[in-house]
Amino acid sequence: MSAAASPAGQAGQPGQKPLETLDSAVIRFCGDSGDGMQVVGTQFTNVSAAFGNDVSTLPDFPAEIRAPAGTLAGVSGYQLHFSSTDIFTPGDQVDTLVVMNPAAFKTNVSDLKRGGTLIINEDEFDTSNLNKAGYESDPVQDDIVKSRYFLHKVPMTRLTRDSVAGLGLSPKDSARCKNFFSLGLVYWLYDREMKSTEDWIHDKFKKNPSIAEANIRALKAGYNYGFSTEAFTKHYQVPKAKLAPGKYRKITGNEATAWGLVTAAKRAGKSLFFSGYPITPASDILHELSMMKKFRVRTFQAEDEIAAMASVCGAAFAGEIAVSASSGPGICLKGEALGLGIMTELPMVIIDVQRGGPSTGLPTKTEQADLLLAMFGRNSDSPIPIVAACSPGDCFWMAQEAVRIAIEFMTPVFLLTDGYLANGAEPMIIPRMADLPPFKVVHPAGKKSNGEFVSENGQNGEHKEFLPYLRNEKMARPWAIPGTPGLEHRIGGLEKSDITGNVDYAPANHFKMVMNRVNKVAGIANHIPLQEVEGPASGKLLVLSWGGTYGSVRSGVQEAQAKGQSVAHAHLRYMNPFPRNLGDIVKRYEKVLIPELNTGNLRLLIRANFLVDAVGLNKIAGKPFLVSEITQKIDEMLR
Amino acid sequence: MSSQSVKPSPSLPVLQPKDFASDQEIRWCPRCGDYSILAQMKKVLPTLGIPREKFVFVSGIGCSSRFPYYMNTYGFHSIHGRAPAIATGIKLSRPDLQVWVITGDGDALSIGGNHLMHALRRNIDLKIILFNNQIYGLTKGQYSPTSPLGQKTKSTPYGSVDSPVTPLCVALGSEATFVARSVDVDIKHLTYVLERAAHHKGAAFVEIYQDCNVFNSGAFLYASDRDVKSDHIIYAEHGKPLIFGKDGKKGVRLNNMRPEIVELGKGINVDDLLFHDEKAPDPALAFLLARMRQPEYPEPMGVLRAIEKPTYDQAVNAQIDNAIAKGGEGDLDALFNSGDTWVVE
Repeated sequence: MSAAASPAGQAGQPGQKPLETLDSAVIRFCGDSGDGMQVVGTQFTNVSAAFGNDVSTLPDFPAEIRAPAGTLAGVSGYQLHFSSTDIFTPGDQVDTLVVMNPAAFKTNVSDLKRGGTLIINEDEFDTSNLNKAGYESDPVQDDIVKSRYFLHKVPMTRLTRDSVAGLGLSPKDSARCKNFFSLGLVYWLYDREMKSTEDWIHDKFKKNPSIAEANIRALKAGYNYGFSTEAFTKHYQVPKAKLAPGKYRKITGNEATAWGLVTAAKRAGKSLFFSGYPITPASDILHELSMMKKFRVRTFQAEDEIAAMASVCGAAFAGEIAVSASSGPGICLKGEALGLGIMTELPMVIIDVQRGGPSTGLPTKTEQADLLLAMFGRNSDSPIPIVAACSPGDCFWMAQEAVRIAIEFMTPVFLLTDGYLANGAEPMIIPRMADLPPFKVVHPAGKKSNGEFVSENGQNGEHKEFLPYLRNEKMARPWAIPGTPGLEHRIGGLEKSDITGNVDYAPANHFKMVMNRVNKVAGIANHIPLQEVEGPASGKLLVLSWGGTYGSVRSGVQEAQAKGQSVAHAHLRYMNPFPRNLGDIVKRYEKVLIPELNTGNLRLLIRANFLVDAVGLNKIAGKPFLVSEITQKIDEMLR
Repeated sequence: MSSQSVKPSPSLPVLQPKDFASDQEIRWCPRCGDYSILAQMKKVLPTLGIPREKFVFVSGIGCSSRFPYYMNTYGFHSIHGRAPAIATGIKLSRPDLQVWVITGDGDALSIGGNHLMHALRRNIDLKIILFNNQIYGLTKGQYSPTSPLGQKTKSTPYGSVDSPVTPLCVALGSEATFVARSVDVDIKHLTYVLERAAHHKGAAFVEIYQDCNVFNSGAFLYASDRDVKSDHIIYAEHGKPLIFGKDGKKGVRLNNMRPEIVELGKGINVDDLLFHDEKAPDPALAFLLARMRQPEYPEPMGVLRAIEKPTYDQAVNAQIDNAIAKGGEGDLDALFNSGDTWVVE
C-alpha cells in the first residue's frame, strides 16, 4: 500500500541528511509484551494524526498479559499506516520494522517489504533470547536478511542506559526506557516533532520526575542517534493528507462507541446506563464511560455477563438509554436476558466487539463470525435489528443509529464492531452537537391531577385505561416508565396478550404476537438509508462486504477499478433488516463476491434471502484482510 | 427504625390494601402459602406513605414469581434467577422508586445465587423477599437447594444426597445489612417483618417459610402449627433475651461460642441468657442464630440483623453529583475537541 518515494528527494540544509518525500509509510514496532510497543505505537499515531496525516492502525498483542519474556507467545506489535492521501487500512506490507528481540524478529520479519528498513535492538540478540525464539544462530547475520532489507543494528539497550546514567535509576529501570529510544529514532527517520510526546511523558510520570526525565532522555538519544550516526543516510517526510476540510481528531473504535452512546443519550434527552463485565476487547468501552460521570453516565460493572444484560433490561424499563457491551463468550451468556428484552419490547442496545472463537478462542484477535449469533442466537423466533460499524470512527455514528432504532421501535438492537475496529484508530472529523438533531422520545403521561386518564401520544384512542401493548404506526408499544401515576402495569417474559399485555397462551394470540415482533423489525427497513454502491450500477462483479472489513475491501475494489476492471462495491452497515434495495442490487451483477472474516455468515443470509449464488472469500486468521487478498480474488473471478 | 428510603407524599390520598390489587385472577393453588404473603404485602404498602406508582415489584421464575401480576404497581416478571440484577438496573436508574424483589428458594439460591450474593454485598436498596418452600413447585416437585437431606422428590426418588443451604447464612455471608425471617401464616409477625424490611435503607433480605401444600405439604408445620411451634421457633427481638417454649421457660445461652438450650429457674435466670442485638456490627451473633436448626434448636424468627451502611445506589449517584458539582455538567462539544486536534483547510 505504501507509495514509492517521490522522484527527487529533497536536499536538506547544509550539514543535514537528505529528506525524501513519501506519499505514505507503514511502520511496525514489535517486541516483548513488556517492552512498551503499544505505548510508542500510539504516540507515533497521535503525533502523525495531529500533524495532519491520514492514519490507520493495527495493534496486535497477545492475550497473555506477560507471557515469559523473550518468547514467541509474548510478542506484541503495533502497526500504523500514515499518509498524505486518503487511506483505509493499516497497510499490507511494512516499510520500517522496529524489532526489539529475536522472537519479534521471527514473527514479524515476513511482513517487511523487500527493500524495507529493518531496525534491530542488537543488545537483545544474545544466545539466551535467540534460543527462546528457537534460533540456533543469529538470523540477522544471514546474508538473505542483509541483502533483502536496509538493516540497522542498533545497541538500543546500552545506548538507553548510557543516556539515563546519573539519574539514579536501577539498570532494569534504565533499560525499560528503550522503547522511547526506538521511538525517537523513528521520529527522526520520519521527520516528526517530539514535543507532544515529551508533554505526554511529563504528564504520565508526573509523580515520578526521574522516570519522566529518563524517558525523555532516551527519546532524544534515539532521535540524535539517527541524526548523527553514519548508519542512516537519509530520512523521510510524509506531508499532510488532503483530507476533506474540517477539524479532526484521532479516535479508536471503542472510544468512538462510548462517545456515540453518550451522544445518543444526549440527543434523546436522557441519561445513559451502561452495564458490562470485563472482557477483551470490549472492556475499554466500560473504562471510557466510567470516566464520564459529569455526563450523567451510570456505569455498573455487574457480577457477570448475565447480570449486565439483566440490569440493562431493568434500566430500560426505568426509562434510561440502557446499553451493554461484550464479546462472543459474553454475548452467549446474555442471550436469555436479550430474549426478555425482545418479549418486553424495551429499548436497549447490546454491543458485540467480535473476536476469534469459538469458546474463549482468540481474545485479542479480530474476527467477524458473530453475525449469525446476533441474528439467531436466542430461543424461538426472536428478531432483533442489527447494525455494524465499518471503521473506528464509524462506531460513533452506528452507536447512535443503534440507540435511535431502539427507542423509535421499542426493541433491543445489536451493534457489531470487532477487535480490529475497537483498538484501531483513525482521524475523525470532529462532530458538532448543533448538527445532530434530537431523537424524539415519548413517554405516555398517565393521569392528570384530577384523575383523568391522558394518552397524549394518541396511542390509546378512545381507551380509558393504559394499554401497554397497543402499537403505533411503527408497531412500537408505549414506553411507560415507573413513577408515572395511572400507568401501573406489569410486563414479563411470558407471552403477552395483544394490546393489553396480560399473560396469554392462546394459539391465535401467540401467532399474532410472534408476527407483530417479526413485522416490527422488518418494518425498520423503511426507516434506514438505502444501500449505496460504489462503481457501476450493474455488470460483472459486485463485492459485498460488511462491518470492519470496509477499509481493505474498499481499497481492493478501488485498485481493481483503477485497473479498468468491471467491479462494484457495496458495504453493508445495516444487517437486519437489510436495506430494502439490497435484493435488487445483488441481482444486477453476474457474480457476487462476499469477503468475510468467517466461514460465510453474510453469504448464508444473502443466499437465503435473495437466492443469489454468492461466492465467498473467507479469511479465518485472527487478522484483517490484506488489500492484495481482495484484488487477487477479484482478478480470479473476472478471469 | 431507620429512616425511610422513599419520602412520603403527605398530600396524596390514603391508600387501602385493595388499591394494590390488580385485575388479574390469582392462579396459585388453593391454600398456597403465597396467598397470605400477598395479603400481608397489600396491608403493609399503604402504611408506608409512598405513592403507588413509586413501587416496582420484580420477580424471577417460579410460583412465587407470579406475585407482581397480582399487585397493581409497576411490575416485572423476568427470567429465572435474575430478578436481583434487573432490580439493580431499575434502582440505580431511579433511586426514587421502592423496588421489591420476589423470589423463591430455587430462583434465589440455585440459578440466581450469584445475583443474590452480589446484590446483598453491594447493599443496594432492594427489598428481597424469598419464599422458601424447600421444593420446586412450578416444575412440579423437584428438590431445591433448601430441601433437607434424604427428601424424596420427583428427581430424588431414593432421597436427596445434596446438602442444603440455610438462606439466612447465605445472606449474612454476603454481608447483608438486613436479614430477617418469618412464616407465611404468622400474619402479625410477617406484617411486622415486611414493614421493617420496607423501612430499611439498603439491601433487605427476608426469608419466609412458605407452605407448598401440593408438593411439599407441611414442611414447616413445626414452625406454623399453634400447638407445637412455641417449642420449635424463637422470636429474636432486639435487646431482649432469647426465650421460647410454651410457657416461656426455655432460653438460649452461650456456652463456648455455641448456643445451648437451658431451662429457666433451677439456678438459671434471664440474665444468663443470650440477648439479641440486631445492630451488632459483627454478624457473628446473627450467624450463630441463623445456624440454629430444629430439631436440635428452635429456629429464630424476626430481624436477625439490621445495621446502617451507605447504599450502593446512593454512592453511584453521589459520584455523578460530585463530578458535576466539581467540574460542571458535561459538554460533549468540549469533549470532542479535547486533546490533539488539527484543521484541514
